[in-house]
Amino acid sequence: MHSTPGCNNPAMHAHAASSTTPTQPVLRIRGLCTEFPTPRGPLPAVQDLSLDVPAGECVGVVGESGSGKSVAFASVLGLVRAPGRVTGGQVWLDGIDLRTLDEAAMRRVRGKQIAMTLQDALTALNPSLTVGQQLVEVILAHDDDVSRLPWWQRQRRARTRALEMMALVGIPTPGTRLQDYPHQFSGGMRQRIMIAIALACKPRLLIADEPTTALDVTIQAQVLELIASLRQALGMSVVLITHDLGVVAERCDRVVVMYAGQVVESGTTAQVIGAPRHPYTRALLRATPRVEDLAQAVQPIAGTVPDMVDFPAQCHFMARCPQRQDACRTRIPLEFAPGTHQARCVLAPGEGT
Amino acid sequence: MSAARPPEGARHRSLQGEGTPVSTAPGAGAPVNGPLLQVEDLVKHFERPRSLTRRLAGEKASVVHAVNGVSLALERGETLGLIGESGCGKSTLGRAILRLVEPSAGRVVFDGQCLQGLGARQMAGMRARMQIIFQDPYASLNPRKSIREIVSLPLQLHGGLKPADITQRVQAILARVGFRGDQIDLYPHQFSGGQRQRIGIARALVSRPELVVCDEPVSALDVSIKAQILELLGELKAEFNLTYLFVSHDIAAVGHIADRIAVMYLGEIVEIGPTSQIIHAPQHPYTRALLSAVPRLFPEAGRTRVVLRGDLPSPVHPPRGCKFHTRCPVAMDSCSTQAPALLATGEDARHRVACWRSTPHD
Repeated sequence: MHSTPGCNNPAMHAHAASSTTPTQPVLRIRGLCTEFPTPRGPLPAVQDLSLDVPAGECVGVVGESGSGKSVAFASVLGLVRAPGRVTGGQVWLDGIDLRTLDEAAMRRVRGKQIAMTLQDALTALNPSLTVGQQLVEVILAHDDDVSRLPWWQRQRRARTRALEMMALVGIPTPGTRLQDYPHQFSGGMRQRIMIAIALACKPRLLIADEPTTALDVTIQAQVLELIASLRQALGMSVVLITHDLGVVAERCDRVVVMYAGQVVESGTTAQVIGAPRHPYTRALLRATPRVEDLAQAVQPIAGTVPDMVDFPAQCHFMARCPQRQDACRTRIPLEFAPGTHQARCVLAPGEGT
Repeated sequence: MSAARPPEGARHRSLQGEGTPVSTAPGAGAPVNGPLLQVEDLVKHFERPRSLTRRLAGEKASVVHAVNGVSLALERGETLGLIGESGCGKSTLGRAILRLVEPSAGRVVFDGQCLQGLGARQMAGMRARMQIIFQDPYASLNPRKSIREIVSLPLQLHGGLKPADITQRVQAILARVGFRGDQIDLYPHQFSGGQRQRIGIARALVSRPELVVCDEPVSALDVSIKAQILELLGELKAEFNLTYLFVSHDIAAVGHIADRIAVMYLGEIVEIGPTSQIIHAPQHPYTRALLSAVPRLFPEAGRTRVVLRGDLPSPVHPPRGCKFHTRCPVAMDSCSTQAPALLATGEDARHRVACWRSTPHD
């Protein structure tokens, strides 16, 4: 494997198996499965998801609506609501198995070690509290520096921290804006406040779920730039969930492509975007309008995402795949090997890069 | 078929300037060679509501300057893309052209006829010829009507057809956009987002319009569905000889479907020209910033990204002079005092820019 320009962790080499990886990944997911019961039978929203988030790296998770990318990370944080449930797999955060933790321990992990920003900042923020109150709430709940103080100093210290965070994410006149309510901010500013709340306790890992989907390109660039600079300043890892391959190409070290609940391809950004191995990834790339190449016609992917209830054990993309063959009618396994370029396809080359 | 390109014959453009006066006498023989749509100095200001006491106290109304003196022309068979950040007035412009919101000033000439003088009944007749496709396929369809009822409503309103003809036209257009015959009596909630957008397209096209305003038709859709809808819009345009005003903040999608692009900022057009020139050789600093912010699949090394500072200024109190000077990386002192006019820059008269830096004024 060549070291790619976007990859800032040269220690991750292809030959390093998971046990001998010099630095342990911050987040390690193996075989994660999540199901939702429906009247017609269980719907497997996430099937056999495995991925690594190495320290300090940005991993992009790409997929269309319904591919299970948001549910997967809700499962990681233990936020899947009943009747949905996680039916299998392990999630390690810095070597701690999150699935064995009880609710109280999990609550300490959320917000403090893993933070998540949600797509729609207006519905994710509480409309009846000022953004200052919402920031202070998180800091009081999770920040050790603050909870060590005697109780009469905590509120003031938390407010100072809130002010610092507002300034950090680039909100002008943070002192006066702390008293404003979420509806008084623009879309880009609201997303910044979500990031400020997520980063208030300096998490090890930020999961950004579609942070820029509802935003204009100019504001999108500002928010992504902000996440990148904070990632460097705080040394955290980032999972960027998005459906925009351009965002991934510009901002991520590694990419995981999801389709209908499964990982169909994973590798470094240069590998997946530059030399895609799965027919779905290739189709997705051809369907993306590109400003740099207007002569290139946009080619839609024929058909629609399959209904996963009672879906037979076969390639999920088969019905829409131009290269389908009889071999696709069996379960296509994907044995996760960290640091390699992999595709869940019978035509893809085997292990290694 | 390529998603976006119209047939070659549809792409010719007259070299008429966009300010050319046009006969406004209603009923005068429609000039076949004139532009299909001509917009002159269109203004739309929204007044914010004031309480009675404030009005009696003589407090001035605060006015949102949504569209501020926009002039443009659309040739028959052409697609004009309209891009800009949210809040720049691009959707309001599209709606003001169709008189879905009443313009505050200026006029719209459609096929040689000025829309501003028309009464409600005449306007209703014109509406069959100019339709709109909305952004949100969830909010723009009545959930209590079947798709047959939704799509036949324009034909019932615009009158003159027998029920059997209406049914036949509705079935034909729904089949064309990809519905099976047995789906015609289903309701919107039984369809996915992409299918709902197809229903919206069928509704817009069933009255056989000439002009279709596409108001962010692909912004709410996934990548693969977006490509399907773009391809369908391109095919339908060639088939029905349509003219599109394609409003979107998705610059890559506009680049693929439009023949020309107009860039809006705070209610004004700051740059307009052929698609390839706007995308590959943008002149206005705002267009440059907008384009440099579009994520690319293969980011070139050494690309300089212009990240704009701050948000769009409030359209209630727009900046004086050039409206972009507060965020412009190359603003000069004079930019804050005088507004530049939209003038041709190089040898191509179709490419025009409103910037003190790129055009020799006076």
